[in-house]
Amino acid sequence: MSTESLRIVWVYPDLLSTYGDRGNALILARRAQRRGMPVEVLEIRSDQRLPAAADIYLIGGGEDGPQALGAQRLLADGGLHRAVAQGSVVFGVCAGYQLLGTSFFAKGTKYAGLELLDLASDRGPTRAVGELAGEIDQRLGLPALSGFENHGGRTRLGPEVAPLARVTTGIGNDGVTEGAWRGKLLGTYSHGPALARNPALADLLLRWATGVHQLPPLDDTWSDRLRNERRAAVAAAARA
Amino acid sequence: MPLRAKVASSVSRTAGALSRAAGRGDGSVIGGWIGLKIDPDLLAHLSAGRAIALVSGTNGKTTTTRLTTAAVGVLGRVATNSFGANMPTGHTSALARAGSTPYAVLEVDEHYLAQVLEATEPHVVALLNLSRDQLDRAKEVAMMAQLWRAALVRHPDIRVVANADDPMVVWAATPPADPARGIHPPHVTWFSAGQRWLDDSWVCPECGSTIQRSGEQWWCSGCPLRRPEPQWTVEDDGVTDPTGAWHKVTLQLPGKVNVGNAATALAVAAEFGVRPVDAVSRLGSVASVAGRYAQVQRDGRNIRLLLAKNPASWLEAFDMADEAPTLLSINARDPDGLDTSWLFDVDFAPLRGRQVLITGDRAYDLAVRLDVNDVPFQHVRSFDDAVRAVPPGRLEVIANYTAFQDIRAELDRVN
Repeated sequence: MSTESLRIVWVYPDLLSTYGDRGNALILARRAQRRGMPVEVLEIRSDQRLPAAADIYLIGGGEDGPQALGAQRLLADGGLHRAVAQGSVVFGVCAGYQLLGTSFFAKGTKYAGLELLDLASDRGPTRAVGELAGEIDQRLGLPALSGFENHGGRTRLGPEVAPLARVTTGIGNDGVTEGAWRGKLLGTYSHGPALARNPALADLLLRWATGVHQLPPLDDTWSDRLRNERRAAVAAAARA
Repeated sequence: MPLRAKVASSVSRTAGALSRAAGRGDGSVIGGWIGLKIDPDLLAHLSAGRAIALVSGTNGKTTTTRLTTAAVGVLGRVATNSFGANMPTGHTSALARAGSTPYAVLEVDEHYLAQVLEATEPHVVALLNLSRDQLDRAKEVAMMAQLWRAALVRHPDIRVVANADDPMVVWAATPPADPARGIHPPHVTWFSAGQRWLDDSWVCPECGSTIQRSGEQWWCSGCPLRRPEPQWTVEDDGVTDPTGAWHKVTLQLPGKVNVGNAATALAVAAEFGVRPVDAVSRLGSVASVAGRYAQVQRDGRNIRLLLAKNPASWLEAFDMADEAPTLLSINARDPDGLDTSWLFDVDFAPLRGRQVLITGDRAYDLAVRLDVNDVPFQHVRSFDDAVRAVPPGRLEVIANYTAFQDIRAELDRVN
């Protein structure tokens, strides 16, 4: 953690904020503040330099054009690579997850990714739209992933990354695995405000960023009720 | 009208009446659906001989359609789909039900604009705005603008009334001309109705550069796309027309956004030759629109219904609502879109200090959002519980589409 406060960078909200992506920055900031940590959230637009000294970088979802543009600007800027080399946390969602890999497709063209995660994304046969749920990698010690996905990509994981979760509902990477992680980099197809339904995942990012292994618990009544309601809805849909 | 179309039109009217009599709905879709089964060209046949205006956009189209209908009414009878049934089945029902009228003003779902342009050959089309809405099934904003643009290229003779404040609309309304091939730019009249929501138009749809903004002006940093000079503008509580004359607008509908909708309505009516001075007083006759803005008395509470379907319209609803106890209701059924992520695009901070109640199928999504937003709230199981939980006086209800319809049904389908 940088010395005075936890610094969260929301990367390129002008390009990569299709649907509620701001939520992840708001949720991380609030969960840190409620534990007495000073927090600074920086919204860095695509025509600005990306600061390399922040603790957590959030990259959201986006349409094809903005995704390709975002990847090009991040490659040219180099700030995110420097931050990762210094041990910063990166959380990528949907388009922001794909562009962390080696390549992705946008508007029918293959684009180079940031090569921060060993994965490559392709166009799938159908668009994946709907509830997404899965059992998260046991080493992360988190409860089940709950989310909503909306993407046309399929992602192949290389040997350098581990899947974030094993899919129980939805498509994720390929219908079997969902998302990926390595070190303090983590990506998911659970789009938009993914952390709203997964407060334990938010706390994992905060633990990675701060090095604090045990964070004081928070009152998660409402997100627990939301998770239970979504789990029941997914189960009911599966029976129907 | 060919015989097949006459039969289809008659059956369509009967089915609509039966649906209403059975209490199954407004009858505004089923009749058109049956009619189109009998004669697929029924909408074109019903449109022939009428001077038609189409109104499309993400937000404000139902209200603007109602206001435009009132304004064009200066000239004679106007057919309209006043229940928000805004796809071709709804248009067919509305025209069949209205019988022969010289004018029609039709609200059009933005995805169907190209198709309805083909079928109805309108005199004028009004383009209000484009913003994110139900992204789990709707087209992305830039793609929607592209579809509009392609449709207008095929119909250069249609007059366009478009919002100068929305870069996506401006781009859609100004397809490139090619005089060598006989393609001329459409005739566009620009209005400025203000735009509170900006987060879908930071990237230029023409060249991908950043859109810059300063006050009401906007321009692309990489190409000539910029805000055109509007001929119709909102000033204070009135509308300034292209001659510079200012007309005071007195509406029963709340909020600055509706003064903007009134400006649009007057601009569209002017395309038919209606003078704003003749039409402006008629706008005040519109009290509620398919339940939107309706006020109902129950148990000493004055309940007002506001519909908010997407981030842009939530911002407008907070602006319209009084500082009073407020019930928020959220569903995520098919017509709403199944994804609630957009809740995080809305800043609910304006509700701080008000008594806030939440309900609906997806109240817990809203609960998590409000908790992060530091807006205290109380969860209630039903609309009745909400009414009981607030003191006598005004209760503002802000709900998304099916949640709104549920509450409207509780209030006996108030219009």
